[in-house]
Amino acid sequence: MDFNDTPDEAAYRTKVRGWLEANAPKGAQGRSLGDEDEGDLAASKAWQKKKAEAGYAQITWPREWGGGGGTQIQRVIFSQEEARVGASLGGPFAIGLGMCIPTVMATADEETKKRFIGPAVRGEEIWCQLFSEPSGGSDVAAIRTRAVKDGDEWVINGQKIWTSGAHYADYGIVLVRTDPDAVKHKGLTMFWIDMKSPGVVARPIHQMSGASGFNEVFFTDVRIKDSQRLGKLHDGWNVSIITLMNERASVGGGGGSAGGGSLSVMRLARDVLGAGGEAAAKDPALREKIADWYIQSEGLRFTGMRSLTALSKGQMPGPEASITKLVMANVAQDLASQAVELEDQFGIIQEDGVSPAKAAFQHSLMNSPGMRIAGGTDEILKNIIAERVLGLPGDIRVDKNVPFKDLPVGR
Amino acid sequence: MNFDFSDDQKQLRDEARRFLAKECPPERVRAVLTDATKTHDDALWKAVVAQGWLGAAIPEEFGGLGLGHLELCCIAEELGRALAPIPFASTVYFFAEAILVAGTDAQKQKYLPKIAAGDIVGAFATSERPGPVSAATVSAKVEGGKLTGTKLPVTDGDIAGAAIVLANENGAPALFIVDLTGPGVSRETLATLDPSRNAAKLVFSGATAERLGPAGEGLDLMHRIFDRAAVLLAFEQVGGADRCLEMAKDYALNRFAFGRPIASYQAIKHKLAEIYVKNELARSNSYYGAWALNTDAAELPIAASGARVAACDAYWFAAKESIQTHGGMGFTFETDCHLFYRRSKQLALVAGAPRVWKERLIAHIERSNAA
Repeated sequence: MDFNDTPDEAAYRTKVRGWLEANAPKGAQGRSLGDEDEGDLAASKAWQKKKAEAGYAQITWPREWGGGGGTQIQRVIFSQEEARVGASLGGPFAIGLGMCIPTVMATADEETKKRFIGPAVRGEEIWCQLFSEPSGGSDVAAIRTRAVKDGDEWVINGQKIWTSGAHYADYGIVLVRTDPDAVKHKGLTMFWIDMKSPGVVARPIHQMSGASGFNEVFFTDVRIKDSQRLGKLHDGWNVSIITLMNERASVGGGGGSAGGGSLSVMRLARDVLGAGGEAAAKDPALREKIADWYIQSEGLRFTGMRSLTALSKGQMPGPEASITKLVMANVAQDLASQAVELEDQFGIIQEDGVSPAKAAFQHSLMNSPGMRIAGGTDEILKNIIAERVLGLPGDIRVDKNVPFKDLPVGR
Repeated sequence: MNFDFSDDQKQLRDEARRFLAKECPPERVRAVLTDATKTHDDALWKAVVAQGWLGAAIPEEFGGLGLGHLELCCIAEELGRALAPIPFASTVYFFAEAILVAGTDAQKQKYLPKIAAGDIVGAFATSERPGPVSAATVSAKVEGGKLTGTKLPVTDGDIAGAAIVLANENGAPALFIVDLTGPGVSRETLATLDPSRNAAKLVFSGATAERLGPAGEGLDLMHRIFDRAAVLLAFEQVGGADRCLEMAKDYALNRFAFGRPIASYQAIKHKLAEIYVKNELARSNSYYGAWALNTDAAELPIAASGARVAACDAYWFAAKESIQTHGGMGFTFETDCHLFYRRSKQLALVAGAPRVWKERLIAHIERSNAA
């Protein structure tokens, strides 16, 4: 048991460091997904192109598709080193290369693959994923966006929501209902779509935090060709599972500093007085809370190292990584709430220039509710752990043998 | 990156699991729990001695197997899962570790081979009254090599041949090795939360005491030994917590209510998912503790505190929610849930309560950040 690279990994790391030293953009700053401005996008695209030319864009993909023909652990090592030099600019391509293009690879004909894979790897074209709808978030198969056949074409009407990057994406994969008379999961079909098609409108969502990282996408009489279909007609649910499987297969770099945000609360507590008039950092109740956050954050960091160990040995990581987002989001919310209360009346203020830590705790307080929902709610993640990790039965389903059009709907 | 146990270590763990499944089924734990005259399962103890496990981390020159602490962690996980009613922790995690950390060569020669051979049970005696042990709580004292005072509870104090005792000498606390079979020692069995693990009150009236480690550094040394024991105990706790989850899962899958298995209700599924999350957090923190213990890393105090806090939290949660999942059956004496519930508290207290470890964790982080 150690934290060292194997000789092969060390050699790869050295090679990557040398290359990054010579090629990585200086002083670049990655932004959270959806928040990028045009300058950020240009910088991301330029960096992606450079990586693709050197085989570092999709390290684990075969060379024939523009990848590096490397291993999962090499991918992780590269992303660790990329983060170290502050060049983690791949955000805008994450959904396309992580989910959409793998779906295209698994389902499309050779011509379509040749058309799209290269430009996506090189960062020339950005993709988005259009699954969630106002009527179907956790219950993705409940979507109502309709596609109606008209000759060799399909006409799409409806609305998608929570689509990251839709406002700058060139292409997307979209899951639509093609047979409302079939049961819920049997009447869906997947297509790729040009986001500049007439009738497609992306509108930013104004989040409770004030930011706008996601979009609503409206489809009004959007016409696409049947040749844009990914997979078989009415088999879109199975295709969407390919997409989502790829999302789960990606394991992060196991990075992050020791203790996560817990130590930032401790720094705050040194500068703030507690109820008894001493530094809040001496308050035993607060110290207990910090210890709780610390061991949870460290538990995740070390769980990440266990997953990396499996990758290093050429194995698939175990199910332990499934706890990550659930724990991280809840720690973030609890920590932000306690930190803001620590500031007492002053905690009401949310001004970067006035609030301690550039108002990081106030920002986190307003962002963390979204963390507990995005990419699987707490409740869905617990279902996933219960069903897929522990092997407990699925829920009793009342929507299984009913035509979609006959299912009751709420607001 | 190699943050996992080796194949050999995993094989040792699997062998230990098979061995204990056969030698230590729950009936054997119950037999000790329900018979007030039984301090431990002596047949199991002898079988474990024969496996060589007591000497797993004791160097070969002192009669051990000289494997290492990672191997000991693997054994600990299985002992915890099986609730082994034997004086293993007292003898190995506390007594042997104390001798390894602070003993003179002569002390090592005297005790370690006996421990490895199963010829002596060791105990660690620090507590005298309710609340965490500190300089203010130590009344026992040594004058002219003779110990007077009272210690309770002392886990395995009834059967130990020797104990390491925290006592004042010239007004400052130090650790002493005391032969419990000699004169000036009286023992009294205590009723406890977990009678599958024996505990006693030890009264010393002029017992011969030999100092372990430097004078005046008893508390520091005690904490160093607690750190080492905490990592090993954390593996026992992780083993027990995982077993609680398995039991709750098996029960929920086979218990039907309102026409369906209770495992199909989200109230139960989410509860079991929460147990799983805590168990994995505890396991990962314990792995870090194992690494720090095995390499004698400077990070050991932080790693041990993290492992202990996470493991205490996970085991308690798993044990109490396993009872809850079992419903009324869980509250009966016949169902095994309470064996784990009892042990989860015994392990959470035997090296000092989690509240104290949280404070130690934060104090160590502050110190390492200041340094």
